[in-house]
Amino acid sequence: MSYYVYIAIERKEAILDPQGKAIEHALSSLGFTSISNTRIGKLVRLKVEAASPDAARHIGEEAARKLLANAIMEEFSVIEVTDQPHLSVGAHA
Amino acid sequence: MRTRIIQFPGSNCDHDAYHAVKNVLAEPDTEFVWHKSETIGEDVDLVILPGGFSYGDYLRTGAIARFSPVMKDVIRFANEGGTVIGICNGFQVLCESGLLPGVLIRNESLKFICKEVHLRTETVATRFTSALTRGHVLKIPIAHGEGNFIATDEVLADIESSGQVIFRYASPDGDVVRSANPNGSLNNIAGIVNKDGNVFGMMPHPERACEIILGSSDGLPIFESLRESFNHVDEHRLAAQAA
Repeated sequence: MSYYVYIAIERKEAILDPQGKAIEHALSSLGFTSISNTRIGKLVRLKVEAASPDAARHIGEEAARKLLANAIMEEFSVIEVTDQPHLSVGAHA
Repeated sequence: MRTRIIQFPGSNCDHDAYHAVKNVLAEPDTEFVWHKSETIGEDVDLVILPGGFSYGDYLRTGAIARFSPVMKDVIRFANEGGTVIGICNGFQVLCESGLLPGVLIRNESLKFICKEVHLRTETVATRFTSALTRGHVLKIPIAHGEGNFIATDEVLADIESSGQVIFRYASPDGDVVRSANPNGSLNNIAGIVNKDGNVFGMMPHPERACEIILGSSDGLPIFESLRESFNHVDEHRLAAQAA
């Protein structure tokens, strides 16, 4: 079976995110004054051949630990394992 | 001094480093090693990871280069005490490969900064800085978008207390002040060495400051320090052979 594994990578809270800060400035100048703590992360989609969704998740986590995220500054989480090449939440409904 | 300069796809300061060592320092045994090579070769004294944008800085700077075939041998060489210097992108590769602590993130200003900066020499008890004096201020250019050195509080405290900070961004008079910090680096850190003192990374480009015609020759003492340290090693080798 093949599965799509979606991995979100975020900077640790304690680490400054200059891009997030710049975007927040722009948002605030557009009048979005209720928005704060804007952070930029990454979403990685992997197509994984595996026997089960759990096995696919495990491979995704290994890939994240080894390469996709740098544990010094980032945290990652597998946010979805699905047989569809898109996230179930809200997308392409 | 047998020097090997690693070339990744996207390296762009490889020839600058080559010129500095081969022509300015006049060290004939200087060669490039392509990143696909499984080995850096035999009896190497110095490995240089040059500046550039290896793999287009995709994912994170240095993150993919760190898994290039040649890096296995570079890491072996470093772990056996071999001398490695990473400049700019090379520094980023060393952090990603775990040979140096911390990581380099986007400049605080979000801008790519290309200009001359001043560095205060913090320690001269290394093979990279033995030709300098403590407090010596060097004028050396930077050219990077991601030179903002960060580490966890514990790691930073450890780096500081172990005397691993080699250079800090400073004013022309050598004052380590916030206004002299181009990228937001913690404690104005511009270059650090590992605990064993054989792996060194710095964001500024000493190889671009080895001749007066380029605006500064302040980078040259770093390469001269290295040559000096290898000459000593050679003398030991000769003495051992003679005995």
